[in-house]
Amino acid sequence: MTEQVVVADPPPTRRGFSMRRMKDVQNLGLVAVLVLLAIAGTVTKPDQFLSTDNLILVLTLASIVGVITVGMTFVIIGGGIDLSVGAVVALSTVWATTKATQSYGIGGIIFCALAVGVGCGLVSGLLIAYGKLVAFIATIAMLASARGLAIQLSQGKTQVVNFQNQGLVDLGYKKSYILGIPPLVIIFVIVAILGWIVLNRTTFGRRTFAIGGNPEAARLAGIDVKRHTLSLYVLSGLCCGIASVMLVILTSSGTSANGNLYELDAIAAVIIGGTLLSGGRGSLVGSVLGVLVFTLISVLFTLNNLPTAVQQIAKGAIIVVAVLVQRRASNERTSS
Amino acid sequence: MTLLTMAEIVKVFPGVRALDGVDLSVEAGEVHCLLGQNGAGKSTLIKVLAGAHQPDEGVIEIDGEPVSFPNPVSATKRGIATIYQELDLVDGLSVTENIFLGHEKSSGGFVHRREMQAEARKLLEQLGHAEIPVGREVWRLSAAGKQIVSMARALSHDARLIVMDEPSAVLAADEVANLFRVIRGLTGRGVAVLYISHRLEEIREIGDRVTVLKDGRTVATGLPAKTTATVDLVSSMTGRRVEFAFPERPDAGSHDGEPEVLVVDGLTLDGSFSDVSFSVRAGEIVGLAGLVGSGRSEILETVYGARRPTAGQVRFGDKLMRAGSVTASVREGMGLAPEERKSQALLLHDSVARNVSLASLRRFAKFGWMNRTRELAQAQEKTDALELRPSDISRTVSKLSGGNQQKAVLARWLLRGCKLLLLDEPTRGVDVGARAELYAVIRELADSGVAVVLVSSEVPEVLGLADRVLVLREGRVVFEADARELDEHRVLDLVMEAV
Repeated sequence: MTEQVVVADPPPTRRGFSMRRMKDVQNLGLVAVLVLLAIAGTVTKPDQFLSTDNLILVLTLASIVGVITVGMTFVIIGGGIDLSVGAVVALSTVWATTKATQSYGIGGIIFCALAVGVGCGLVSGLLIAYGKLVAFIATIAMLASARGLAIQLSQGKTQVVNFQNQGLVDLGYKKSYILGIPPLVIIFVIVAILGWIVLNRTTFGRRTFAIGGNPEAARLAGIDVKRHTLSLYVLSGLCCGIASVMLVILTSSGTSANGNLYELDAIAAVIIGGTLLSGGRGSLVGSVLGVLVFTLISVLFTLNNLPTAVQQIAKGAIIVVAVLVQRRASNERTSS
Repeated sequence: MTLLTMAEIVKVFPGVRALDGVDLSVEAGEVHCLLGQNGAGKSTLIKVLAGAHQPDEGVIEIDGEPVSFPNPVSATKRGIATIYQELDLVDGLSVTENIFLGHEKSSGGFVHRREMQAEARKLLEQLGHAEIPVGREVWRLSAAGKQIVSMARALSHDARLIVMDEPSAVLAADEVANLFRVIRGLTGRGVAVLYISHRLEEIREIGDRVTVLKDGRTVATGLPAKTTATVDLVSSMTGRRVEFAFPERPDAGSHDGEPEVLVVDGLTLDGSFSDVSFSVRAGEIVGLAGLVGSGRSEILETVYGARRPTAGQVRFGDKLMRAGSVTASVREGMGLAPEERKSQALLLHDSVARNVSLASLRRFAKFGWMNRTRELAQAQEKTDALELRPSDISRTVSKLSGGNQQKAVLARWLLRGCKLLLLDEPTRGVDVGARAELYAVIRELADSGVAVVLVSSEVPEVLGLADRVLVLREGRVVFEADARELDEHRVLDLVMEAV
């Protein structure tokens, strides 16, 4: 080498730390929103809001959408989207509560719900990864057909879990609470923790970020982008299956009306949690906080007897504000 | 009559004088050819002329009157239309809508469709292509048809000078003949054409005069296109300054005893290249020289499995590679530093460390669980070995300079431990100082036993760095020789006019 280019190391900028702090600030923002909502609840309805029953209700409601949001976070970080989650939940709960399925007992119900979820994810994933369909189109097709199939199977009726399988429904009752915590909440916590570990500490998670951030670079670095894309939709389907079991426990029934607009709740939670809709960047903690924010809003509005219409408007406003704040934060980051 | 005069044009970009005193004068009704190697300043010059770049010094005159083009619209208004290689047509709009894009005939917000269609028909007729339906959406046209639409758009602006950037590159032979007919028709009506092409035979056929650029300067101007000897044209283009030193090269034939790492046999990809055969030994750097569009990058990508060949085989080590599988290639020990670093190689949002470890994730994992301490330590080790600056690998990779980004890509394969490295334009967007460093790194890699295939548009780079050179012309290997026995002159002769 003829020319030695000497570049002095810049003073340690602790860039990595400030990046991490940035993410924390975002999560802190969501925590602040949660606190504000809690204060609002305490002030307006002090007796009901602070009761243990109410807190448990909040968490149980959050758990079902929460599990779906975990799967959705993976799909979106991987550069995709899954619009079919609500419909898949409907189909899973219906299929898991048909007379035929119920005759196989509790194990049969659980297995069926999970298998239907995974199966739907597999179909969407194959269409997207190998059939080269746009994720939006493939999953909207799945949304339509899964919901249709659910109606067909149940003939529009609510299928109640029968007496032999009462043990499953019992999990939703107070007597099954473990240390005062409902099993459904525990399931959500386990799924969220596992999701966090997989996303942040395994090669699977790293590949998810890579294919979402730059699929061509990932492919040329030897990552099997198609197979990984497929597995993301299967994972999302599995989460739908788990959520379906939870919903059957909570409502002791299955119906084709289940899971209505879950896709919106899940995607909105992921977005306000700081995950880029274009993929490649995101946080599971943010998604979980996002779910809690939305659930708390629902509870607040219900407690105060405000109509659901107002509630929807408030959710919409929160999404817009959250994204605007994020954009400002990320602009500051890139211009610094 | 002199239509356009450009005098002493200078354009400086950070770290490089892209134009360093260009003179050009174009007569009305002539075909003026612009000749020069990659990086000589042709693209910058036409961008200045189109109003896309503003010159830092110099004068542009039209009809003897000084003008300035602060934006592309002002250039169009003075009658200069540019037809870029990537045609700027809107695929989803019709031929008519494309021709009148941005200057629709309208009143009160309503467009006059019939009037515009009639006008479009007339323009296409003038170009001798009345058969193109004016209502057809542009994406349904062939490349040649799209070019005609671009020209019709230029005429709709009453263009007096049409700049064509390698128009024949996307055309088949009979379409080129047709293009020339159209150009003759234009010049017959007094429109001047500034024609950029690497193909000497085209310049001889269609051109009137030639201007040659080298290192951002005009080195010859007003040469008669038909009669100037090839040797004179080529010699004025060659001998570019080489501001960077190449590392010491081992003696010729010193790799003869080494095993052949890569053997490519009869590799063909329809439409890109055909019947390409070569081999690379351990420790050897083989360069592919040729013009843009000669199939260089496609060959690398096909060897790597990113494209599926129509015919032929790739033998790597003692294995016959499965066609079209990047995953298999990487598993067996190939690495690629692709042409477009940002879009094909890097996770721009992510840290240097994550970019470096991307191809070796499994190594740091037990049952999928990543050992991040080991990952960071090894990534740091490799980036330090390549002297990547700044050495803090938690920085976002997009904040690095081009040269250091390229080092991050090289570190990725260094970490993976490759037997064969495919480098596509490794110094593109890398400033002069950092180039010498990269050359040294590449040579060190080769000396450690890695086989290297190098693709570059810059002939001196291939000649200075490689041990052996294959010269490509239109998808075929036309010549192969030891790099020490070739000079720039000979290579240019080969790529421009097959001998």
